[in-house]
Amino acid sequence: MQQPEALTRGRQREGSPWTGLWAVVAKEMADYLTSVRMLILEALIVLTAAGTIYAASQSLRDGFGGDTFLFLKLFTTAREPLPAFVGFLGLLVPLLGIALAFDSVNGEFNQRTISKVLAQPIYRDALLFGKFLAALGALALTLTSIWLLIVGMGLLRLGVPPTGEEVVRSLWFLLVTIFYGGVWMALAMLFSIVFRQPATAALASLAVWLFFTAFWGIIASLLAQLLRPVPPGDPLALIDQVQLELALARISPNTLFTEVALATLNPTVRSLGLVLPIQLHNAVLGTPLPATQSMLLTWPHATGLIAATIVLFALGYVLFQRQEIRA
Amino acid sequence: MEEPVVECRNLTKQYGSLVAVDHLNLTVRKGEIFGLLGPNGAGKTTTILMLLGLTEPTSGSVRVLGLDPARQPLSVKSRVGYLPDQVGFYDGLTARENLSYIAKLNGIRGKEMQDRIRAALDQVGLSDVADRPVRTFSRGMRQRLGVAEVLIKRPQLIIMDEPTLALDPEAVREFLDLIRRLKADGITIMLSSHLLHQVQAVCDRVGLFHKGRMVLEGTVSDLAQRVLGGAYRIHVEADGGTALDEALRRLPDVVQVTRDGAQTYHIEARSDLRADVARAIVEAGGRLLALSSDVPRLDEVYTRYFQKEATYAAA
Ligand SMILES: Nc1ncnc2c1ncn2[C@@H]1O[C@H](COP(=O)(O)OP(=O)(O)OP(=O)(O)O)[C@@H](O)[C@H]1O
Ligand SMILES: [Mg+2]
Repeated sequence: MQQPEALTRGRQREGSPWTGLWAVVAKEMADYLTSVRMLILEALIVLTAAGTIYAASQSLRDGFGGDTFLFLKLFTTAREPLPAFVGFLGLLVPLLGIALAFDSVNGEFNQRTISKVLAQPIYRDALLFGKFLAALGALALTLTSIWLLIVGMGLLRLGVPPTGEEVVRSLWFLLVTIFYGGVWMALAMLFSIVFRQPATAALASLAVWLFFTAFWGIIASLLAQLLRPVPPGDPLALIDQVQLELALARISPNTLFTEVALATLNPTVRSLGLVLPIQLHNAVLGTPLPATQSMLLTWPHATGLIAATIVLFALGYVLFQRQEIRA
Repeated sequence: MEEPVVECRNLTKQYGSLVAVDHLNLTVRKGEIFGLLGPNGAGKTTTILMLLGLTEPTSGSVRVLGLDPARQPLSVKSRVGYLPDQVGFYDGLTARENLSYIAKLNGIRGKEMQDRIRAALDQVGLSDVADRPVRTFSRGMRQRLGVAEVLIKRPQLIIMDEPTLALDPEAVREFLDLIRRLKADGITIMLSSHLLHQVQAVCDRVGLFHKGRMVLEGTVSDLAQRVLGGAYRIHVEADGGTALDEALRRLPDVVQVTRDGAQTYHIEARSDLRADVARAIVEAGGRLLALSSDVPRLDEVYTRYFQKEATYAAA
C-alpha cells in the first residue's frame, strides 16, 4: 500500500510544509469570489437576511418585544409566515459550507491538475491546508458581510445604534456561526477526498446534514430511554435520562448552534439544558446576563464546533497524504 | 565524470503483489534526450512518479540531479519540470492565469513572473491566445500550454509522459523542434512515448521497458544490433541471376540476404557494407541498378523484440 508521505518521512523532510501555502490560498479565494455557485448562495442568504430582518424590524417598530436588546431581536424575531433569521441561518450555513468544499480535492483529480500541482515545489500539506483556509476565509467573508448588512439595516430601520453589549454578543454569534459552517465545510472537504465524484461527496455531506437535522433528536431520545430506563417514581433517574439525552443531542452541530443562538441572542437565557428550581434560587428570573457570562455559558459549544472542524480536517489530511496521485 | 542527472539503482515499486517496477537500473546523463518505451502497463509512468517523489519506491535508490526525491522533494521539484500524460488545467482561467499560478507555486512573482510567462508563451506559440480561457483551447493548444507550464520554472530536467499523444503531424514536428531547442539550451529531457519514429527522431538513447524491467537500453542502432542482429539494411536492385545471391552472402558481416522478386535484394549487415555490396555485384558480373540503405527503425526493433519475447513465452 501507499505509504503516507508525511509519516514515513517524518521530520527529515526539507523545508517548510507550508511553502506555497499563500499561492494556493490566493488562487482558491479568487475562484470562490468569481464562482457562480457561491454567487447564487450568497444572493440567497442576502435575500433571506434582508427579508427576515425587514419583517423583524417591522414587528419591533410596532412595539412587540419591548424596548431592550432591540438589535439582537432583529435576529430572533419571527413574523408570520417567515421564520426568524437565525432559523434560516441554521439551514443555509451548512449548505454554504458544503457548497464551498464538496469538490475541492476531487475536482483537482477530475480536472487532472493534481499531479501537475504536486509536481511543483510544494507539499500536499500546503495544497490541502490552503484550500481549507481559503474556504474558511470565503465563509467568514460572506457571513461577516451579512452581519454588516444586518447592522446597517438595524440602524436604518430601528433608528438606534446597537449597544456595546449587543455588538459583543452578535460578534460572538458571528464567530460561532463561522465555525458552525466550518464543520460542514470540513466534512464536505473530507468527503471530497474520500469520493472521486463531486456529486457523491455533495450527497454524502447532505445526507449527514439531514441525519443530524431530522433524525438525531429522535435517536438521541430513544437511546437515552434505552440506556437509562426510568423506574416509575424515580425523579433522579429521570434527571439522569434527560441529561444523557441532552449530551447525546449535543453531538449534533445543529444542537450546538441552536443553543448558542439561544443563549447569545437572548440575554435572559441564564442556563442551557436542565434547570432545577434549586439552581434558580439566587437568580432573579428575567434578569439579563452580561455578555461575558453568556459567552462563558456557550464557550464549550464554540470550542466543540472548532474542535469538530479541526478533527474533520485532520482526518481528511491523513487520508489525503495516503492517496495515490496518478491523474 | 560528470554526475548523472538521473540515477536509479535496483528501483522497485510494488502495488500489493503486483510488481510495477522491478529492480530498475537507469542512468541519464546531462544534456541527453532519453526515451522511455514499452507497452501499456510496463511501468513507465510509475518510474517517472518515483523520480519526482510523487510515489515512494518500495526499495532501491533514486538520485535526481544528485538529490534524493524522497528526502529533498522541494529541491528536486523546483529543478525538474514534469508534464503528466493528459495534463489538465483550470478551465475557467486563462492561459496566463494558469501559468501565473504555477509560477507562484514555484515562488516566482512580480515582474520576473510576467517576463517568464511571456517567454514561455512565446516559446510554445500561444502568445496570441494568452488571455483566452483554457476551456476554449484545442487539445494541441492544451498540450503546448502544458509545455509552457514546465518551462516557467526554467528546469534542468524535463520529464514528459506521452507528450505527443494529441498532436497533429505538423504540431508533432514543431514539438520535436522545440525539444531539440531545449536540448541545445542544455536541458536534459526524458520522454515516454508510443510513437516510435518520433522517439527515434529526437532521442539520443532509449530504454525499452517490459513488465517493470528495462530489457534493452542504448542508442537506436545499439538496440537494432542486438535485436535485429544486423543494424544496417541495404536494398539493392541488380540484374545478374542467382550468382549474385551467392556473392552477397559471402561478404563479411552479412547477416541475411533475402530476394524480393527477380532483381531486388535486401541485405541485413552488421556494418555499413554499401561499397562492398556494389563491388561484389560488379565482380560477380551483375549490373547494379540501384542501391540504398536505411537506418534501422525503432518500430522494427520494438516489434521484433516482442515477437521474440512471445515465442519464448510460448515455448
Ligand atoms: N495505484 C495502483 N495500484 C495498483 N496497481 C497500479 C497502481 N498504479 C499502477 N498500477 C499498475 O502498475 C503497472 C505499471 O503502470 P504504469 O502506469 O507505470 O504503466 P505505463 O508504462 O505508464 O503504461 P502506459 O503506457 O499505459 O501509460 C500497471 O500494471 C498498473 O496496473
Ligand atoms: Mg503511462
